[in-house]
Amino acid sequence: MENSFIIQIDHLTKRFPVGKGYFTALKDISLSFGRGEFAGLVGPSGSGKTTMLNIMGSLDSPSQGTARVMGQSVSELSHKDSARLRNRHIGFIFQTFNLLPVYTVFDNVEFALLLQKIPSARRKKMVMDALEWVGLTDKAHSRPNMLSGGESQRVAIARAIVKKPEILLADEPTANLDAENSHHILRTMQKLNEQLKTTFLFATHDEKVMQYLKRKISLRDGRVEKDEVAETINL
Amino acid sequence: MIRFLLKGILRDKSRSVLPVLVVSLGVMLTVFLSGWVTGVFGDVIDMNARFNTGHVKVMTRAYAHERDQKPNDLALLGTTELIRQLEKDYPDMQWVERIYFGGLLDVPDEKGETRAQGPASGQAVDLLSPGSREAERMNITHSVVSGKMPQRQGQALISHEFAERFDVKPGDPVTVFASTMYGSMAFKNFTVSGTLRFGNAMLDRGAVIVDIRDARQALNMEDAAGEVLGFFEQGKYLPGKALEVKNSFNRKYSRQEDEFSPMMLTLGDQEGLDEMLAYSESVVGIVIFVFVLAMSLVLWNTGLLGGLRRYGEFGVRLALGEEKPHIYKTLIYEAFIIGLIGSVLGSAIGVGLSFYLQEHAVDFGSMTENMGMMMPSEFRAVVTPQLFYIGFIPGLFAMVLGNALSGIGIYRRQTARLFKELEV
Repeated sequence: MENSFIIQIDHLTKRFPVGKGYFTALKDISLSFGRGEFAGLVGPSGSGKTTMLNIMGSLDSPSQGTARVMGQSVSELSHKDSARLRNRHIGFIFQTFNLLPVYTVFDNVEFALLLQKIPSARRKKMVMDALEWVGLTDKAHSRPNMLSGGESQRVAIARAIVKKPEILLADEPTANLDAENSHHILRTMQKLNEQLKTTFLFATHDEKVMQYLKRKISLRDGRVEKDEVAETINL
Repeated sequence: MIRFLLKGILRDKSRSVLPVLVVSLGVMLTVFLSGWVTGVFGDVIDMNARFNTGHVKVMTRAYAHERDQKPNDLALLGTTELIRQLEKDYPDMQWVERIYFGGLLDVPDEKGETRAQGPASGQAVDLLSPGSREAERMNITHSVVSGKMPQRQGQALISHEFAERFDVKPGDPVTVFASTMYGSMAFKNFTVSGTLRFGNAMLDRGAVIVDIRDARQALNMEDAAGEVLGFFEQGKYLPGKALEVKNSFNRKYSRQEDEFSPMMLTLGDQEGLDEMLAYSESVVGIVIFVFVLAMSLVLWNTGLLGGLRRYGEFGVRLALGEEKPHIYKTLIYEAFIIGLIGSVLGSAIGVGLSFYLQEHAVDFGSMTENMGMMMPSEFRAVVTPQLFYIGFIPGLFAMVLGNALSGIGIYRRQTARLFKELEV
């Protein structure tokens, strides 16, 4: 990498076609994130948080400006390369968990490793390690419909971290959880961030999440309103 | 990855049950219809060959020209020598003489006066020579309803229908009135050895079966026969081989300018059977084409609905770093696996059904009794080696094609849009 930043956004603008015109979701944003950050994009609905996360996850590309992830410019990546970037370096956690319902917990977590063609024995160990991280080894053979919301989100975390990604993008990860489960999940993420040095980037407007963030970037109408380091965080 | 896909197929019933049912049904129908069509057409052709056309047939040119009327005045002469020559030229074939004649069958009372009379459709075949396979070839032995096969000259088998109508029993005398080869009136007394029913209205109507020696005597046809039929040893009609034999025979013996010179026709040359053979082959092709088309449309639709339902799954898989072509490829693998399962199931049911209808024929006697064409009254399917694989063509092709078409949607959608649909 050319510098110490794991993600570098430079004068990024994103427009979406709407009818005959365009809607500008992100306007001239410049940001950078270093390794091991625990940061969040906060703001109301429609402020551009998810669009920003999608671009950082190489699921979308900027209309103007650049977004470099792991040293690679997202807009210059081929489909194949951006898939490889996601597979090797980026994990996703979704608001609605999005576990594959017909597969067991083990299968869900294993899937990303299957794509990397990791041998079976090593894959099994990695899956069980990830489940141990989130405290769900006893649920390995359960189906998602047998899990609570908190357990489902922990499986989603295990699925995201099993390949040991450098970056973990979480879009409203606690939106469907009660307070107790939210704190449990956030503490798990905090622990992973500290011990594995994974960079966590959240898109949220949940106050509970904000208590844990070390850095808060406030977005409003597609612009960065504030970028602040938290003075106190929930430990 | 294959294990992963298999788990998905087996556990996600909505992904697999409907397509497996559609494929199984289509394959079952394809296999069964192929077996049925092959069986029915095969039976019709085989029956025509045994009773009428042979695999090849030798007649005089003049007789061939009017062969529908079976004109014995134009019959082949010197058939003993002709057969000797045929056996020498084509040693892997069997050659038999046949005489067909029409006339009246007269049933006398105890005083010898006519008690009843009806039209007779006579067939003279070699029933009495040791080693003759004519009775077996024409299924005469198994068609005897009462009495027994002729044991010596002067005995005849008559249609069971005729016997019932005129109250004739085995052992009763009957007289056949016909005309000789030279056009004069002929009559000969026979003793009814038995009654028979072929199960074909055309054959059963006034049938009289006698030994060829008796017919020769009665019709003044010594060393003559209306037709000489040739059969391949395997018992199956081989169109290429038959054409080869026909061409070589006609080159050697047939002369355009001599209407009494012998000429050979193949089975396909007679009674429009060539068209029927071609039709039977094309019907199987048409059946497969129709089912591939119909099933592809259904499976395309099923694939589209399934694809829409699975956009969330595709979004997750893209987020986890799977490439679009890989997702598309796995869809095709899934389609192949489902197609394979459906094809195996459908083929098993189709072959089973065909086997059942091979063993238990369906009686269409009431529909075929007035047909001018020689058709069996019972139709049956036939299990051929082809049935074990033919269903896999529509089964796999339609499933893969249907899913390949519906899967194009993945390419058309932008990654971020697929991903966004996760949240819907």
